[in-house]
Amino acid sequence: MPYRSPAAGLLGIENLTRAEIQTILDRAQHFQPKTGESFPKLDLLKGKMVVNLFFEASTRTRTSFEIAARRLGADAVSITAQASSVSKGESLVDTLNTLSAMRPDAIVMRHAASGAPLFLQRYLETPIINAGDGTHEHPTQALLDARTILDRGAHLEQLKVAIIGDIAHSRVARSNVYLLSRYGASIVLCGPASLLPRELTHIAPGVTLTTDMNEAIRDAGVIMMLRVQLERQHEASFPANEYFQFYGLRLEHLRLAKPEVIVMHPGPINRGREISSEVADSQRSAILNQVENGISVRMAVLERVLLGATNNAGTTH
Amino acid sequence: MPALLIKNGRVIDPASGHDAPADLLIQNGLIQAVGRGLSAPAGAGLFDASGLIVAPGFIDMHVHLREPGFEHAETIETGSRAAAAGGFTSICPMPNTSPVNDNATVTSYITEKARRHAVVNVWPIGAITKGSNGEELAEIGSMKDAGAVAISDDGRPVMNARVMRRALEFARSFGMPVINHCEDLHLSAGGDMHEGRESVRLGLRGIPGCSEDVMVARDILLCELTGARYHVAHISSWHSVEMVAFAKSRGLPVTAEATPHHLALADADMRPYDSNYKMKPPLRSPGDVAAVVNGVVSGAIDAIATDHAPHPGSEKMQEFEKCPFGILGLETALGIALEKLVHAGKIPLPKLVALFTIGPARILGIDRGTLSGGAPGDVTIFSTDREWTYDVNKSFSKSRNSPYDAHSFRGGPAATVVNGEIVWRC
Repeated sequence: MPYRSPAAGLLGIENLTRAEIQTILDRAQHFQPKTGESFPKLDLLKGKMVVNLFFEASTRTRTSFEIAARRLGADAVSITAQASSVSKGESLVDTLNTLSAMRPDAIVMRHAASGAPLFLQRYLETPIINAGDGTHEHPTQALLDARTILDRGAHLEQLKVAIIGDIAHSRVARSNVYLLSRYGASIVLCGPASLLPRELTHIAPGVTLTTDMNEAIRDAGVIMMLRVQLERQHEASFPANEYFQFYGLRLEHLRLAKPEVIVMHPGPINRGREISSEVADSQRSAILNQVENGISVRMAVLERVLLGATNNAGTTH
Repeated sequence: MPALLIKNGRVIDPASGHDAPADLLIQNGLIQAVGRGLSAPAGAGLFDASGLIVAPGFIDMHVHLREPGFEHAETIETGSRAAAAGGFTSICPMPNTSPVNDNATVTSYITEKARRHAVVNVWPIGAITKGSNGEELAEIGSMKDAGAVAISDDGRPVMNARVMRRALEFARSFGMPVINHCEDLHLSAGGDMHEGRESVRLGLRGIPGCSEDVMVARDILLCELTGARYHVAHISSWHSVEMVAFAKSRGLPVTAEATPHHLALADADMRPYDSNYKMKPPLRSPGDVAAVVNGVVSGAIDAIATDHAPHPGSEKMQEFEKCPFGILGLETALGIALEKLVHAGKIPLPKLVALFTIGPARILGIDRGTLSGGAPGDVTIFSTDREWTYDVNKSFSKSRNSPYDAHSFRGGPAATVVNGEIVWRC
C-alpha cells in the first residue's frame, strides 16, 4: 500500500511549524463573522466532499466541522460509529478503505484509540483531519484555543498558561502544549499527581508541573480547565469527592491570576466538578468564544487540507 | 545416514574452549571429530565453510509455535523452518497453546508432531499451573517424562507468591528450571508500551519497568527460600538485570535470558502506533537497553532467546491498543546479536556463540550446545560479514509481524545442520 506523507492531512500539532500554525490562525481570523452576523457563506470548497467519521460520541466537534465544511461550500456527510458497519465487526482499516473508495476529498476522524488516524494515514490516499484521537492529540481544539486567546488581545509569546485537571488523559492538553510551546509561552500543567505524568516536562520546552492549583494560577494570563475523563480512567486514581476542593476553579482563585485572565474549557463543562458556575458564567470566561472560533478555525483547516497549503499566503517550511 | 564433513571453517565451541580453524566430521548423526585436514569417508557429504564460523547448533529456549490451537499464526513445521533459517537447531515452544500444554498428553502431541514435521529439535516447555491460570499446579512430573524440559506460564506471570513457591519446590524434585514471565499484572494493567516519555507523548498507556522488577525481586527471594532453579524470561529492565547479578553474586541458582529486540531497540525507536513494535515486555528506555547489553557483557544474562511470537496480519493491522503483543524473532536473531554485541565491540565472538548454545543448554540440562565428540550432530554455520537484507514476506513463518523488515544485516546464518543433516542453507 502506498505510504502517504502525514503532512497531507492534519494529524496533530506536534509536527507543525510555528509559521504553519500562524497561517491557519490568520486565515481563521479572516473567516470570523462580523459582529451580529452569521458565518460567511462561501464557495471555496464547492464540489468537495468531506466525510466526518466519528467513532466516539461528540456533538460540538462534529457539528462544528459540519458547519465549517458547509460554510465553505463543501458537501459534508457525518457518520457515527453506532450507525456504521463498525458495530457489525468491520475492522478500522476496512471501514476506512470502504469510505475512501467513495472518493471523499478529506476524512475528519475522531477515534477513542490514540494514534488511530496516524496509523490509517499510512495506508490511505485520502487526507485525514484528526478530530481527537484517544489521549493523544486534538489539533483543531488547540488552534481554536489559540485563536480565542489572540482575540482577547493577549500575546502567546509572554503568556503564562495554566492547564488544570486530568492532564494524563487529555488530548487537548497535549495539543495545547505543543502549540503554546512553539510560541515560547510558559505552560504550567496542574492536577493530582496520579493524573500528571512527570515525563510531560520532556515533551516540549517551557512546560512545568505542579500539584498545587494556587501555584499554577498565580500570575497566569490564561487558565484552561479540563474535564475529569471518568470514562478513560480505569481505576480510582484520586478520591472523587475531594476533586473540586483541590482542583475545581472558583472565583477566589481568579484573584491570584492576572487581572485580564481568560478562563477556558474545551467542554462539555461539569459545573461544580472542575469549575464553579460563577466562574463559567463570569466575564473572564471565554468558553462560548471557543465554540464560535471552532468553526472559523475548522474552515481554515479544511481549506488548507483540501486546497493545499499553497493557497494560503505566507506558509513556509 | 551419510557422513558430513564441514571443511575449512573457524570452529568455535565455547563449552570446550575450542576456537581455531578446523574441519568437523559428523557420522551417524553424532560429532565424530574436530581437527585439521580431516578426510571424508566414502560417500560423505562435503560442506566448504571457508570464511565461515562453525558452531554448536543454536538453541532458542523461548519460542511460540502456536500449535495446537492457533495454526493460522504458526505451526510446529513452519516455526521449525523459520528456526532453521535463523540458524537454530533446537527450539523450546512455550505452553500457551490451545489447549495449554499443562499435561503429558499435550506434551506428547507436540513431540510427536515435531518428530514428523519439524526440521529442528523441539523441546517443549510445560505449564507451571493448570491452564496457566496461576492457581493449581500442572502435572509437572508426567510432562517431564513426556519430554518437557522446563516449566513456565509464559505470556502470564504466576501472580500468587504462594503458588510460585510450591511450583519452585515441586520442580526442584524433578530438577527442572522454573521460567517466569515477570510482570505484576496490577502495575501493568491496560498498558500497551513502556511507561515513559514516549508513552506520554503518544498518549498510550504505560507498562512501568517496575512491574517487571517487583516480580523479579519476589522470585529471587523465593528462589533463596526453596533452593530451586529459577530463570527470568525476556529480561528487559535495568533494575531486573541488577537484581539477577546480585542473586548470582549470592550463589543463587538464578539465570536470565534476553531477546534480541531488547538488546537493540528502545521505546524511542518505535515507529509510532506500529504494532510490529508492540510486545511484552515492551521496548524500554535507552537506559534499560544499555543495562540489558551490559548484563550480557557482565554475565548476568546467560542466554539469548527470541520470544518468537507470530500473529497474523489481521490481528496486527489494527488500532495499536487492540493489537496482540509479540513479534517474530527466529530469522533475525543472529543478525541483530552480531550487530549490537559483536560488531559494536561489546563481546567477543565466542561469547556470542555461548549465549546461543551452551548458555541455554546448561539452563535446560539438555545434551546440546557443544561440539565435543559423541555429542548430537547439531551445527550452526554462519557468516560474520555477509551483507543481507531481511524480507519478511519471504519468511518461513506463517506470520509477518517483524519490525526488521527491509533491515540490512552484516552477518547471518549460512547453513543449519540437525543430527548430521543439512536442513537449511543460505
